[in-house]
Amino acid sequence: MNEWETVIGLEIHAQLATASKIFSAASTQYGAEPNRHACVVDLGMPGVLPVLNRAAVNMAIRFGVAIGAEIGHESVFARKNYFYPDLPKGYQISQFEFPIVGRGQISISLDEQNRKQIGITRAHLEEDAGKSIHDQFPAQSGIDLNRAGTPLLEIVSEPDMRSAKEAVAYARKIHSLVRYLEICDGNMQEGSFRCDANVSVRRKGDEKLGTRAELKNINSFRFIERAINYEVERQIDLIEDGGSVVQETRLYDSERDETRSMRSKEEANDYRYFPDPDLLPVVVTAKDIERIRAALPELPEQKQQRYISEYGLSNDNAELLVANRDTALYFEAACNNSAAPVAQLANWILGDLAGALNKSGLEISDSPVSAEMLALLVERIADNTISGKIAKQVFEAMWQGEGDPDAIIEARGLKQITDSGAIELLIDEVIAANPEQVEQFRAGKDKVLGFFVGQIMKQSQGKANPGQVNAILREKLKH
Amino acid sequence: MARSITEIRDGLTQGKYSSVEITQDYLDRIEQHNPALNCFISVTPEIALQQAGEADRAIADGNIQALTGVPLAHKDLFCTDGVRTSCGSRILDNFVAPYDATVIENFKKAGAVMLGKTNMDEFAMGSSNENSYYGNVANPWDLNRVPGGSSGGSAAVIAAGLAPGSTGTDTGGSIRQPAALCGVTGIKPTYGRVSRYGMVAFASSLDQAGPFAQSAEDCALLLQTMAGFDRRDSTSAEESVPDFSADLNHPIEGLKIGLPKEYFGDGLDSQLAATIEAAITELRKLGAEFCDISLPNANLSIPVYYVIAMAECSSNLSRFDGVRFGHRCDNPRDLEDLYKRSRGEGFGDEVKRRIMIGTYALSAGYYDAYYLKAQQLRRMIKDDYQKAFTEVDLILGPTTPEVAFAIGAKTDDPVSMYLQDIYTISLNLAGLPGISLPVGFVDSMPVGMQLIGNYFDEARLLNTAHCYQQVSDWHLQRPQAFA
Repeated sequence: MNEWETVIGLEIHAQLATASKIFSAASTQYGAEPNRHACVVDLGMPGVLPVLNRAAVNMAIRFGVAIGAEIGHESVFARKNYFYPDLPKGYQISQFEFPIVGRGQISISLDEQNRKQIGITRAHLEEDAGKSIHDQFPAQSGIDLNRAGTPLLEIVSEPDMRSAKEAVAYARKIHSLVRYLEICDGNMQEGSFRCDANVSVRRKGDEKLGTRAELKNINSFRFIERAINYEVERQIDLIEDGGSVVQETRLYDSERDETRSMRSKEEANDYRYFPDPDLLPVVVTAKDIERIRAALPELPEQKQQRYISEYGLSNDNAELLVANRDTALYFEAACNNSAAPVAQLANWILGDLAGALNKSGLEISDSPVSAEMLALLVERIADNTISGKIAKQVFEAMWQGEGDPDAIIEARGLKQITDSGAIELLIDEVIAANPEQVEQFRAGKDKVLGFFVGQIMKQSQGKANPGQVNAILREKLKH
Repeated sequence: MARSITEIRDGLTQGKYSSVEITQDYLDRIEQHNPALNCFISVTPEIALQQAGEADRAIADGNIQALTGVPLAHKDLFCTDGVRTSCGSRILDNFVAPYDATVIENFKKAGAVMLGKTNMDEFAMGSSNENSYYGNVANPWDLNRVPGGSSGGSAAVIAAGLAPGSTGTDTGGSIRQPAALCGVTGIKPTYGRVSRYGMVAFASSLDQAGPFAQSAEDCALLLQTMAGFDRRDSTSAEESVPDFSADLNHPIEGLKIGLPKEYFGDGLDSQLAATIEAAITELRKLGAEFCDISLPNANLSIPVYYVIAMAECSSNLSRFDGVRFGHRCDNPRDLEDLYKRSRGEGFGDEVKRRIMIGTYALSAGYYDAYYLKAQQLRRMIKDDYQKAFTEVDLILGPTTPEVAFAIGAKTDDPVSMYLQDIYTISLNLAGLPGISLPVGFVDSMPVGMQLIGNYFDEARLLNTAHCYQQVSDWHLQRPQAFA
């Protein structure tokens, strides 16, 4: 296994978040009854013509600018010809020779120290096909053309990734970026963000790439990793058993966790690409590009740098916060107008909140604890109203919808004891009740201190200020 | 009975007759003569009389548009809401479009009346109208001869007086060649002048709609309504449309007209050449100046055209798959069977031939040698014209190499059929406008002369043709049987 190197390139289809389709005025809304959003253009009626939705072009340029790519000043739509019932015109309008977005790159992080640049070959605009429905009518198939004509940006990477983990990191990075750019909702279940992987293996040191298989139908990050790992193992086994990999398209079956051959190179269509005579070349001026560049939102890497310089966050935490746009927005909302220490806020978001969200399968945008409320909770730790430990109880109550932190602290009587007289009383009680341990401490056994702290906190139901307890306790035990 | 649109318009506004009356007159003529000519695929008397009635009410109200109450016939490839659009093909025999083509919409807004939809070569592929699923059209001047194609029905209705005006489309000569063969006037505008929205596509980069009528004056009226930018067609031009009728009476004194030597060489019938010469003499009398020019790449037009047009049509016709509309074979066994039999049964031989050639030309490994090369040569053909128009205002030549031929004479020889378009095809490749007008007879059959203009110079073409028609009466001659 170790003598093998894996080579992976990804083709990502990001559905662009336009209100109407790329070549018609029909809505792109998801989930409507079949064919409700299919107009005469989407149906491929005789005589109809496509008219380009400029919003889709602008979104593609946004992406190109964000990855530092060259933008085609004259990109051309081409027809990709093949027959399929859910492809109404018998061809898909795509881009071939002259894509809107040329070569660019994006950086992924492999672990705490290592980053890697992944090349992006190109990104081009195209229309989506419809859907065939095979399970609703006996002995017949249905066609739903609601999705037909939805704009897609196909983002093609270089074969720069060397493991399934790298491929996932890259896919996540693109996913994060298109959401930052607000050009794609990133919903993988609804198919707004789809991934095909080109996978091959070669012996380490070989220059020549191995024969690749294209894996399709991978609709989650977890499946990207599993599909690639399965495929790599399959290819290595095949070669080691004296066979060879054939160039083909393979379908990933997540139920069985395996890939299956869909069609071989010989069965592949000759798409007979040629420039679509119904559409003019898309002209993009330097001014257009500058206007779009100037309107770009703050991108993850810029945000990360700002979090480090402005808030003094660690690089790791900053990177984790910006990885998902909604997390970053939550973090910024929490910081806004709050006295809470930013580093602690970051820890809460990445720790307790992330854990709770994960456990209940919620996105941060649907969190029952709002950013403002979380900030308030952290403020109460900072101003010594409660301890960090009590804060976890309060958070739990907030998660359950019991109200804002102050109300919960009040209702449950969780306010921290900071009155040193009251703390001294508690300490005296515990010292008096445990003479044996007092002797041990005085004999030099420092560890016993923990025992005393535990007892005192227990007596106070966790409300005693731990710092004060420690200081006063040490004083008292010495004498 | 009035045969000129200008005359009908005046008659309607002056109250000489109503639109219902003139429409009924034309419907009667259609009923009488169409069986012999087969010009129409669909006649729509109910719609015609209803629209005529509305036109009469509008006229009574003083609400008169450009063509209020004027009856017209439309080539059966313009989509018409609620009326079959067959494109001359079995595959669309049952197809009723749910929308109007922009051209049809414009005529409706202008108050025109639709008499019916005219016969044509299947999917506009042909030069004789013999490739129609609905049978061939007879030439009104000699029922044993072809009317030309692909807009054969639209040209023949004018010659036979079954409509005063009609629409056609021209991809390689499909307006000008039948206009010439039927002795009527027809103009193919600049590519982009008229919206293609709602025209069933043959070759998208070449297709252009235009009118037929007895005179340039009438064509000017029809083109006025058809032309203009349409945001539903990305290739339509955002170019202002002049008032074609107002521009008709400019004197043509000093007009520089080029005669390409390639248009008067081998292959041109000598009697036909002499007829064109006579027309040149008339124009010279009107003050036009002539000079010889050369279009050195003109001989490449036909091969270039047949690569590009067929490549585009092979893709354009993919949507006829039996899935959503049109002919579907009985009891398909599976998807492949559905495709093969629906298309196999639905398309005629010429259409199949062109789809196969076009598919081949676009195939991996052949694309560069055929399609790409053809596009390069297309550019050279265009450059020839651009160069010529730095020296002349118009270019003149015959529309066709010979007069209308006998039905069946060329059906077994596609190449000889393709040569029919040798003088017309290069304009489509260059995107230039051209008009064909009658200038005489050879063997008792009409001869057409073609004038070629620079981009968006239709006004000059119509003006020059009109000036000629003011001093000649070839365009007013009618076949005896349909006088």
